[in-house]
Amino acid sequence: MSVLLETVGLTRFFGAVCALEELNLCIHEGDMVGIIGSNGSGKTTFLNLVTGYLKPARGCILLAGRDITLLSPRQITRLGVARSFQIPQLYLNLTVMENLLLALAARSGRVGLWARLHRQNWMREGQEILKQFNLDRYGEQRVAELPEGARKLLDIALAVALQPRLLLMDEPTAGVSTQDKFAVMDTLVSTLRGSSITTVFVEHDMDVVRRYSRRALVFDQGRVIADGEPSAVLTDAGVKRAVLGHA
Amino acid sequence: MRLLLVVLLDGLAYAAWLFLVSAGLTFTYGVLRVLNLAHGNLYALGAYLGATLLLHYAASGSEIAATLGLLLLAAVIIGILAGPLIERVFLRRVYSRDEEVQLLLTFAISLILEDVTKLIWGVTPVVADMPYTSFGSVRLGGISYPWYPFLLVGVALGLAGFLWFVVTHTRLGKVLAAVIADREVSATLGIHVPRVYTFAFTAGAILAALGGALTAPMFSLVPGIGADVLVISFAVIAIGGLGSIGGAAVGSVVVGLARSAAVYFFPELDLFTIYLIMTLVLLFRPQGLFGEIEIRRI
Amino acid sequence: MGGSLRFIPFLLLGLALITAPFVLSGWVLFLLTVAGAKALAVLGVVLLLRAKLLTFGHALYYAAGAYAAGLGVKYLGLHNGFALIGLAFVAGLGVSALLGLLVIRYRGVYFALLNLAFSMVLYGILLKFYSVTGGTDGLAFPAPTFGPIGLSEASLRAQLYELTLFLGSLLFYLTYRFFASPAGYVLVAIRDNEVRVAYMGISVNAAVYLGYIIAGGLAGVAGVLVGLSVGHITPDLAFWSQSGEFVFVAILGGVGSVFAPVVGSVLFEFVRNYAFELSPYTWQMTLGAALLLIIFFLPGGVWSLVGLTRTRSGP
Repeated sequence: MSVLLETVGLTRFFGAVCALEELNLCIHEGDMVGIIGSNGSGKTTFLNLVTGYLKPARGCILLAGRDITLLSPRQITRLGVARSFQIPQLYLNLTVMENLLLALAARSGRVGLWARLHRQNWMREGQEILKQFNLDRYGEQRVAELPEGARKLLDIALAVALQPRLLLMDEPTAGVSTQDKFAVMDTLVSTLRGSSITTVFVEHDMDVVRRYSRRALVFDQGRVIADGEPSAVLTDAGVKRAVLGHA
Repeated sequence: MRLLLVVLLDGLAYAAWLFLVSAGLTFTYGVLRVLNLAHGNLYALGAYLGATLLLHYAASGSEIAATLGLLLLAAVIIGILAGPLIERVFLRRVYSRDEEVQLLLTFAISLILEDVTKLIWGVTPVVADMPYTSFGSVRLGGISYPWYPFLLVGVALGLAGFLWFVVTHTRLGKVLAAVIADREVSATLGIHVPRVYTFAFTAGAILAALGGALTAPMFSLVPGIGADVLVISFAVIAIGGLGSIGGAAVGSVVVGLARSAAVYFFPELDLFTIYLIMTLVLLFRPQGLFGEIEIRRI
Repeated sequence: MGGSLRFIPFLLLGLALITAPFVLSGWVLFLLTVAGAKALAVLGVVLLLRAKLLTFGHALYYAAGAYAAGLGVKYLGLHNGFALIGLAFVAGLGVSALLGLLVIRYRGVYFALLNLAFSMVLYGILLKFYSVTGGTDGLAFPAPTFGPIGLSEASLRAQLYELTLFLGSLLFYLTYRFFASPAGYVLVAIRDNEVRVAYMGISVNAAVYLGYIIAGGLAGVAGVLVGLSVGHITPDLAFWSQSGEFVFVAILGGVGSVFAPVVGSVLFEFVRNYAFELSPYTWQMTLGAALLLIIFFLPGGVWSLVGLTRTRSGP
């Protein structure tokens, strides 16, 4: 299995605070990785750096061997990296379907001036994707009117629709009620299972990481303090103390 | 050598004028994060009222203190009448809405004030240049120079000093800084934010009107002077960084000297100097010399 | 069968518009022509507003187009109407392509006022270089020719009306297609969430730049059409109050539909014509008050009265 994403000595400061310190990690193709850590451990900063939204003070980021450290989010997305957000980033005043259509247009590279956005083939594919995510009944609704859980799923669906090589999800179950949490993840994982997308999701919920990832990385104060099989990693006392505050 | 002196003096005089007319705009933006498009109209109202007061009460226009006092009075009157009215009745209702809506609001106010000015003072030019002429001139380095622009330099320096002092050494300044930094936290600290906003807007209005009042003796006043001033003020504060008074000061000096030099060496450039500088600065530093970039957190 | 019935009102309207010169007086026809032409500039403002970009300087391109044509008459001896329109369009496109390079990086206050500043620079240029531009006297437009057809005074007005009607309709249709296209939707997406647009791999700058030059081209055409109708242009075309007018009409009609600018523009032109005669010193005040009313009570513009909300995304 080849290395898809690699960071070497990745370091980022916010003023005097060190958010990431000499971070070295490798994500292999086909991995399903869960990154866990308490608030402020650097998880979201990691995603922001890897997707080009922020720049590191030191270190580099490699995508399939190519240095993407200084590229913009747009350029990195075009190289096959897609991302979902802690707070869903959606086009609130467009319909769910229109949000998806834009993703499909972007993926196909056909963002032209003449042919319609609402074209048959895209709408068909859009419907399929919505169905996969159980969002098909929301198709014509304005996103602003969507319930929170549906927004989360749409946010992820937009990333998946881009057919990326690497999918990064920032707290996919944050803000989702406990009973819906597993339903959301089940939907997600079954959708992803069919594809060969390498998945990394950031979570602060240990249950989700334990159940859905094949590999767990634990962040604490900007460093990786554990890396391995989820059930082993998550029962470790040191890890528990770092993430939960107690052993 | 003489030429250099003239360029320098002209430049400083123009710089003083620029600072006086743009300080209010950048101050209002700094505290309220609103660009007051009615700024030019407040300037014009200050100018017209200042001129009117001079014509009625200072016919000879000879005493500096009396003149300045009247002009300051005009500015305060305009500021106190217009400031709270605009802020509390109109502006307050759109703080939570998009920047664009706020712009449209102040634009609407500007349209109304434009006609108000015409209705009160008409369209025939108003001239109140007694101070300018009666203050006479002084000989510097062999050139005869009118006194009035120097007065403006003095006032500008005084104003800059005063503002700097208020911002750094008074409790009011700390309150303003707190509100600028974080409005919600300020409220939890017991600061009455709405009152601060009204105060800040009124102060900005007074400053705008003051710029106009002080300028009144230098030009004949016609409708439309406000529009030019709005655009020039924006250019100055864009160069200096929106919200930064220090930036406005630096920007004024840079533009003042550059334009002065341009007038003597490249006369065609005169009016455009300020926009050329603005374009150059923005090309290399989009937020202006002392401005800040805002990054959205995701 | 039912689907095609939908078009009947449009067909009737179209027919009425085309045959208007036979029915309406010269003056009304003139107002309609000018209103229709200006609607193109308003359409440009609306296009940018869809991306939440408010410009207070769109008269820049309006004047650029008009003066490009005017200078074409003065120095190139151009008389062909189509050539003049083409020249104006290119001027609008060209100047916006140049200034757009700086301006599109900005949003909000900066965007609005940078455009204003540049438009006032053009105003200053048009005033100052009077040997070229005629200064406050402006430039004249002699009656244009359209191919082999010669014109008398009466039918000139009708000809210009029909020209504006057809050219305007064409440009409106093209803009409608643009609004419905992926690129057009990207503009609306930018309004809602620029970050997400970048994270879809789409270039925000490219999209805004494209929209900006299209808006510039539209305004350029508006300028020459008005110039031809009036027969004369002055630097006032670039003045901030002209830009303000475009903004006002754009807000009046709302940004929800391609038709809004036309309706708004016609309404505006007629009301202004009679209100200004009644009381010239309260016209702007009335505009200001109306704008305040719209801001507080009718955020979707007049168009929202017809059942379309401010946030409707389609064209």
